[in-house]
Amino acid sequence: MVSEAITLPRIRAGGRSFLALVLTPEAPLDLWFQALDAQIGRSAGFFAGRPIILDMSQLSQDTEGLSSFKADIEGRGIRVIGIEGADPSWSAYEGWDWPAGFGGGRSPSADLEIPDDDVPQPAGARGTRILEEGLRSGQSVVHADGDLIVLGSVASGAEVCAGGSIHVYGALKGRAVAGMAGRSDARIFARLMQPELLAIDGYYAIADEIDADVTGVPAQAQLIDSRITLKGMS
Amino acid sequence: MAKVLVVTSGKGGVGKTTSTAALGAALAKTGKNVVVVDFDVGLRNLDLVMGAERRVVFDLVNVIQGDAKLAQALIKDKRIDTLSLLPASQTRDKDALTAEGVAQVMEELRSKFDWVICDSPAGIERGAQLAMYHADHAVIVTNPEVSSVRDSDRIIGLLDSTTEKAKNGEKIEKHLLLTRYDPVRAARSEMLNVDDVLDILSIPLIGIVPESQDVLRASNLGMPVTLASPDSAPAKAYADAARRLSGEKVDLNIPAEKKGFFGWLFGRSGA
Repeated sequence: MVSEAITLPRIRAGGRSFLALVLTPEAPLDLWFQALDAQIGRSAGFFAGRPIILDMSQLSQDTEGLSSFKADIEGRGIRVIGIEGADPSWSAYEGWDWPAGFGGGRSPSADLEIPDDDVPQPAGARGTRILEEGLRSGQSVVHADGDLIVLGSVASGAEVCAGGSIHVYGALKGRAVAGMAGRSDARIFARLMQPELLAIDGYYAIADEIDADVTGVPAQAQLIDSRITLKGMS
Repeated sequence: MAKVLVVTSGKGGVGKTTSTAALGAALAKTGKNVVVVDFDVGLRNLDLVMGAERRVVFDLVNVIQGDAKLAQALIKDKRIDTLSLLPASQTRDKDALTAEGVAQVMEELRSKFDWVICDSPAGIERGAQLAMYHADHAVIVTNPEVSSVRDSDRIIGLLDSTTEKAKNGEKIEKHLLLTRYDPVRAARSEMLNVDDVLDILSIPLIGIVPESQDVLRASNLGMPVTLASPDSAPAKAYADAARRLSGEKVDLNIPAEKKGFFGWLFGRSGA
């Protein structure tokens, strides 16, 4: 009798969510493909690597080109992970490689906007987030995509983090972490600078290290020679 | 051999944080290496009472999650060089503490310090349970009033059942610290007297800290009362309690009512 205990490794299962796009083809299919191609042309790479679910509910059994539809769409580099609203017993679907389905899933509140590569984004505007109210102790707002503007105060024990710069139009008495995305040119502005900790691109200064003559006044902090440097703003 | 001490109470506002700071400073003054650990994640205050709130960079949660090393998070006291603080995080909640993470940190602290004093959050939930789990000693902070005493009784029950020592069939050493004791009101039976409390809780008394303005003043200054006004009555009570924790035999006096002339006069006329 072998009673040797084998220690099996623990299976680690972590969650990860992806946003799957649902494409709903409409008849006639050749026209729909033209529109799709135009879309792909304007926004190259938008579908690349994205999981796509096909909603076939708008199509009837005798739609022209239905039997080759899946091959046609995959030929455009679109990865189909699921098919909905289709009856696999239809003869047109014969020969389709039917992916295992996914049940459920929530719909986002609005249709996803496919970005248009031709229309330039105004610099800096994308990703700026405005907080209408201040933060109380213990609250933390992380905005990794751009600048963060706080119209109120950031209380002691509260924390604001941004990929870009941070603007506080009240008193900054908590922590401000700017330039999270590795941006050393990010700055921190406050109408009343009295922080517990300032950090820009990984360099930080604690309250004890900050000069008394730039605390409690309007000031800005920036990174100069890898040091957090404060300047008053009058 | 390092000793882990939890300062706990069940009830909030009885003086856990004040007592942690005062006992920590008193023990450190005797030359022992002491660290005070704030377990009140989300409602941290020990940094304020210790006057270290301007020097917090990393905290207990950062260490547990591996974002920082323990040495980076420890803050050395500016007044006593054998005293350190491990602050709690204010922007997280108690769920950020994991049992394994806390165990690891406690083990590391044991190897570095003579005394590890854990300031427990109020309540009997996860945060309080994690704070007490690794303790060898417990100081149960109690006010002389019924609700505080009943909550302390509950906590003593938990200390005897859910801690690591209890699970190994050992006993955790429990000490009662009576705080905010007002001899005048106790004499008037407006609060429980010492015997009543000891009767209910039946654990050894380690100190009676009188209600005092000195405590409030010290907290507002960001100093443990044992450093801010070492000659005050509460500071002496804490210093004696620290000596008793270290195993010394120190006589314990119950603060008696000091009757001034007017007190004497009114006391008489009232009788």
